[in-house]
Amino acid sequence: MTERVAIVGVAQTRFAPKRSDVNYGEMAYEAISQVLKDTGLALPEDIDSAISCSHDIWDGQTISDIGITDVIGGHLRAEEKMAMDGSTAVFYGAVGILSGEYSCTLIMAHTKMSQTNRHIVNNVAFDPIYTRMLGFDFTSAAALQARRYMYKYGITREDAARVVVKNLANAKRNPCASQSGDFTVADVLSSPAVAPPLHKLDIAPDADGAVALILASEERARKITDKPVWILGIGTCYDAHYLGDRDLADTFALEKAAGRAYAMAGIKNPRRSVDLAEVGDEFSYQELLWLEGLGLCDRGEAGRFTASGATAIGGKLPVNPSGGLLSGVPANVAGLNRVAEAALQLRGEAGDRQVRGANIAVAQGHTGFCGQHQCVVVLGN
Amino acid sequence: MENKTEYKPFEVDQHLTAHGNYWAGKAGSRFFTSLRDKKKLLGSPCKACNKVFWPPRSVCTFCFGELKDMVEIGPLGTVETFTLVTYSEPIQPRTAPFIYAVIRLDGADTGMAHFLDEVEIGKVHIGMRVQPVFAKDRKGNILDIQYFKPL
Repeated sequence: MTERVAIVGVAQTRFAPKRSDVNYGEMAYEAISQVLKDTGLALPEDIDSAISCSHDIWDGQTISDIGITDVIGGHLRAEEKMAMDGSTAVFYGAVGILSGEYSCTLIMAHTKMSQTNRHIVNNVAFDPIYTRMLGFDFTSAAALQARRYMYKYGITREDAARVVVKNLANAKRNPCASQSGDFTVADVLSSPAVAPPLHKLDIAPDADGAVALILASEERARKITDKPVWILGIGTCYDAHYLGDRDLADTFALEKAAGRAYAMAGIKNPRRSVDLAEVGDEFSYQELLWLEGLGLCDRGEAGRFTASGATAIGGKLPVNPSGGLLSGVPANVAGLNRVAEAALQLRGEAGDRQVRGANIAVAQGHTGFCGQHQCVVVLGN
Repeated sequence: MENKTEYKPFEVDQHLTAHGNYWAGKAGSRFFTSLRDKKKLLGSPCKACNKVFWPPRSVCTFCFGELKDMVEIGPLGTVETFTLVTYSEPIQPRTAPFIYAVIRLDGADTGMAHFLDEVEIGKVHIGMRVQPVFAKDRKGNILDIQYFKPL
């Protein structure tokens, strides 16, 4: 049985507002075939299990393995489906290898947000008895969280806008990004109001795309690559469902998930140990909120921390050098893209967005509205 | 990776409709009956944790103890957060723009997310005191509260 699990390969499609040239299985295969080519591994002989990550309602069919089994090497073999954020697929993949059941697992997340309406899809995530018929979706729920966070911790719209400016500028260096550019804080503030305090540029846009990643036991990893990226720690945690059950400004689930991941990684002081972070900025303010929940700055300090330039590429703690979700990464794929980007950084393969001298990276993903479920992955090379 | 296609991309149109009936359960059945028939709002108290929950539930979130009692909460409450939704979707029972708020009902330890109306968005603030407006024709669902309005 292995004691360590490594990421041995990563491939991503370009993220785009609409991929009309392929169906989602063909889109997924672009990432899968690339990661097999990069690692020199072949289906079916070299991979003993697969995890696909997507969501029935996004795909518009149940279950979404319908179009995935053949492209992921699942035919008459072990394949599981994960209807949560892709970061949690990494958690399950690592657990499967640590158990000794598998030695090499292919993980792939895909979503084509262009195929349906995000608000209608996400409304189904609200409980059917008390909340759903009020018409909530992830954006209106996030607006309630943003307001509460700004009120309780003194965060301003300008603080959140600086995240957008930074991430969309970072995305110019990322060939996979769906959107990027030079924006100002004023551009973000004056973009159309969607659900104040959230305006159009505060919200990650719809995108189509897929990410594939291969995990291996230590023994297999050493044979596959000379640049394994080790999963040093990993933790997950759920919070309550109902919008009114938690103070939306607080991050208890993330603190617990991060605590578990840091403890497993032997990290006592994440501010000293962590070199870069890829976090789930589905909405601008969330990058600030999650940085605080990850313990990478004090509560209420993430706005000033960002304004100081600390989170820029070249700053003290680069955050989302890839451009993050604000540059356009599909739902479900989001967290797997965070892990993939962190792994590329540690392998020194992040191209123009490369952070120098990074040895420890944190990737964070979340599932459900307002970050109900949290997953934190600590990676090292 | 995206190749220029040698074919005209073809789209298959699909529309799914599913009608669902959800049993509201032990606590929910009492909540909706009380709301519809008496215009009274109920929550679930956990004596061990000294908490009162809305929505009412049969198991405490914190100690996992079974909750059998119910107590009246509200009807007045306090705004904890709010937003103005500017877009319309078929899932919404109102046409935008409208205001959502999380409202902590008096006597409850958790909030109720619902509509806020009869107020301009610029006048809404966290800490604002509000009261429910009940529907005249109540059907036993959450829209038996039409919305909350300022005191």
